[in-house]
Amino acid sequence: MSSIAQKKGFGATLWDYLTTVDHKKIAILYLVTGGFFFIVGGIEAMLIRIQLAKPDNDFVSAGLYNEIITMHGTTMIFLAAMPLIFAFMNAVVPLQIGARDVAFPFLNSLGFWMFFFGGIFLNLSWFLGGAPDAGWTSYASLSLASPGHGIDFYALGLQISGGGTLIAGINFLVTIINMRAPGMTYMRMPLFTWSTFVASALILFAFPPLTVGLFLMIFDRMFDANFFDHTMGGNTVIWEHLFWIFGHPEVYILILPMFGVFSEIFATFSRKRLFGYSAMVFATVLIGFLGFMVWAHHMFTTGLGATANAIFAVATMAIAVPTGVKIFNWLLTMWGGSIKFTTAMLYAVAFIPMFVIGGVTGVMQASAPLDYQLHDSYFIVAHFHYVIVGGTVLGLLAGLHFYWPLMFNTMLDETLGKITFWLFLIGFNLTFFIQHFLGLLGMPRRVFTYGADQGWDLFNLISSFGAIFMAVAVTILLINIVKTIAQNKAVGRDPWGDGRTLEWAIPQPVPFYNFKQTPLVRGLDTFWIEKQEGNKEGMTYAEPVGDIHMPHNSFIPFVMAFGLFVGAFGALYNGEQAWAVPVLILGLLITFLSMGTRSLKDDLGYHIHKEDLMDKKGGKH
Amino acid sequence: MDLNTKYTPQSWPQHAENSTLEGKNKFVGFWLFLGGETTLFASLFATYLALKNKGPEGMEFTTQELYQLPLVFIMTMLLLTSSLTSVYAMYHMKNYNFKAMQAWLMITVLLGAAFLGFEIYEFNHYVHEGFNYSQSAFSSSFFTLVGTHGLHVLIGLGWFILLMLRNSKRGLNLYNAPKYYIASLYWHFIDVVWVFIFTVVYLMGVAG
Repeated sequence: MSSIAQKKGFGATLWDYLTTVDHKKIAILYLVTGGFFFIVGGIEAMLIRIQLAKPDNDFVSAGLYNEIITMHGTTMIFLAAMPLIFAFMNAVVPLQIGARDVAFPFLNSLGFWMFFFGGIFLNLSWFLGGAPDAGWTSYASLSLASPGHGIDFYALGLQISGGGTLIAGINFLVTIINMRAPGMTYMRMPLFTWSTFVASALILFAFPPLTVGLFLMIFDRMFDANFFDHTMGGNTVIWEHLFWIFGHPEVYILILPMFGVFSEIFATFSRKRLFGYSAMVFATVLIGFLGFMVWAHHMFTTGLGATANAIFAVATMAIAVPTGVKIFNWLLTMWGGSIKFTTAMLYAVAFIPMFVIGGVTGVMQASAPLDYQLHDSYFIVAHFHYVIVGGTVLGLLAGLHFYWPLMFNTMLDETLGKITFWLFLIGFNLTFFIQHFLGLLGMPRRVFTYGADQGWDLFNLISSFGAIFMAVAVTILLINIVKTIAQNKAVGRDPWGDGRTLEWAIPQPVPFYNFKQTPLVRGLDTFWIEKQEGNKEGMTYAEPVGDIHMPHNSFIPFVMAFGLFVGAFGALYNGEQAWAVPVLILGLLITFLSMGTRSLKDDLGYHIHKEDLMDKKGGKH
Repeated sequence: MDLNTKYTPQSWPQHAENSTLEGKNKFVGFWLFLGGETTLFASLFATYLALKNKGPEGMEFTTQELYQLPLVFIMTMLLLTSSLTSVYAMYHMKNYNFKAMQAWLMITVLLGAAFLGFEIYEFNHYVHEGFNYSQSAFSSSFFTLVGTHGLHVLIGLGWFILLMLRNSKRGLNLYNAPKYYIASLYWHFIDVVWVFIFTVVYLMGVAG
């Protein structure tokens, strides 16, 4: 218990986090930054609902409304949901597979700082002449015509943070391929690791098309290229394809890891082995694969022709099959289990009907003729909020409660947690269920107001009313977090009592080197097996205590990402300010010089010696 | 990993590029990265094919009259040969023959630089004919696709040169062997992309 006692000054702690390469600390960085952007995106959502609460409202102007909806979507997807998912991946996956860190700790840090600076850059648009206003999909004809620099902030900011995401994806793939503990075969990997693996593969193949799309946008807007301008022979549909070839896998990147979290939660709190493990794995891989085959269902009304629409409609409907397999496996995991309704479990149980609603409306839209009716209406808004909030956000909240003890060795208050849960669930349904009907009544999405004679007043008011519940729920969650941190009551190892996988077997607080001895994995749910056999240590070891190799902390990732941040300003003001090109060169120089420093200076890491490990009594708890 | 360990060709591991965990991670990670690069280039190819010969009303540039196959043939030969010489370099890396490896890499770099020289000449020539980056959708997509490849060549050259300079005094060890290896993987990838550019852009542009 020696490690908690040390109090470090603020400066030292800050420096530690700026330079850390430890996956557990990077997880906290992702959690805090992602949480911050979640609040920002939430405030934007509230502004939308205030504006739409009554007809002919002038709370915000039409132009500002466009900026708000664009930034709400972009922030929530790229700067809140994905980083929060990375927070859990970082916190859990290395521990779950018995590794001492991720494969590339330095790149892990670089990925975070690129996301960080990309997000900051994007949000600086609010203060530097206006945010992007062409919707989160930023369709080319519209975004090329957008005046000011909003779209430039969008393209450059997402380019930087997207690079960070790609790095993180490759990192997790290699970690899972190469660094599993002995005995952890692929078919013994916990579901969260499996879903991280598949989601990372999706990132690897989905983000480069976005990179290309954004570059074409940047070149068109800032360097006089003509990809999307039809008077110069360009074609605006290219953007739509590139964006959705990225965009559809992206929704599976958002949901698959949450499927993993839910699988862990269902098994843990039903105190049963996950039903149909191999079917779950197969379904996860299949969803990942099919996720690349369906992008044009976002473009049914673009005019690709009946054949293309038919093919993409059928492929889209096919995804419902593996998803259904998962739903039934979760239900059957609970069947006959001795269920404990913790906050995390409540979120998991509520997720099933919510996600099924979102899935069913998804299949409705997969039918191309019907989609001509539903396209760009509030029905679509309702649908994707049911899958993203009802799936991803519920998953994030469940994961927050479930993995909080693993990350911080304390536990979030269960009573406050349950209050948050009920308020959030009620508010969410109040807000979005009725939007299905608004859509069917013909209300188009992305309009800043509507007339009193259109008959949409009451439903919009109900929807806005529901949003207040969600805002209160999130406020209570924040109070819960502050309270938990203030009380700082250590809970120790396996706080839920029913942990099944390796991450719960490790002593708390988790030593910075994770495992003193690499564990030997003896089956699926290896910790459960050890507990059943009465093994007090919770692990069988694959090696004797020996020296542990560790990477050095480094400030270089921060500087590299900062260079891109600086350079982006140069690109943005190209052709407008005299200092633009020098700043672009300066920024890239900072990045390339720090890359050079990194490759010229050997960083072999250091060893923690066996004797020191023995002294610390790392195995006793 | 100890940088001071001295090896002989006999004690040098057979797969020096992935005989340590770090090496293995780099090896797998880089292959995956190349997978991502493949989709990047696939997107650029698709864009190029969609915009080929498309331009403003009355544009006179077409692939048939723009491209000069003899020049591109020389470039192709240069780059293909450089891929071969980088294989020789890796052969000597495997045999722990540092000097020969550096020498072959030097030749690789020279061939790559010659390729790049021709490419700059080609681009320059087009621009002088009026086919500049902003001229049409066709020109934008051409320069972006081929230019991205050219940028990869430039990065590859810089990478090789840095590696050769950094390690010139200390020779091979298990820390830098994987670095050499993945740099050569990158070089092969660039070569493969060029084969596609040669076929899809130039051959199909002139003959297709």
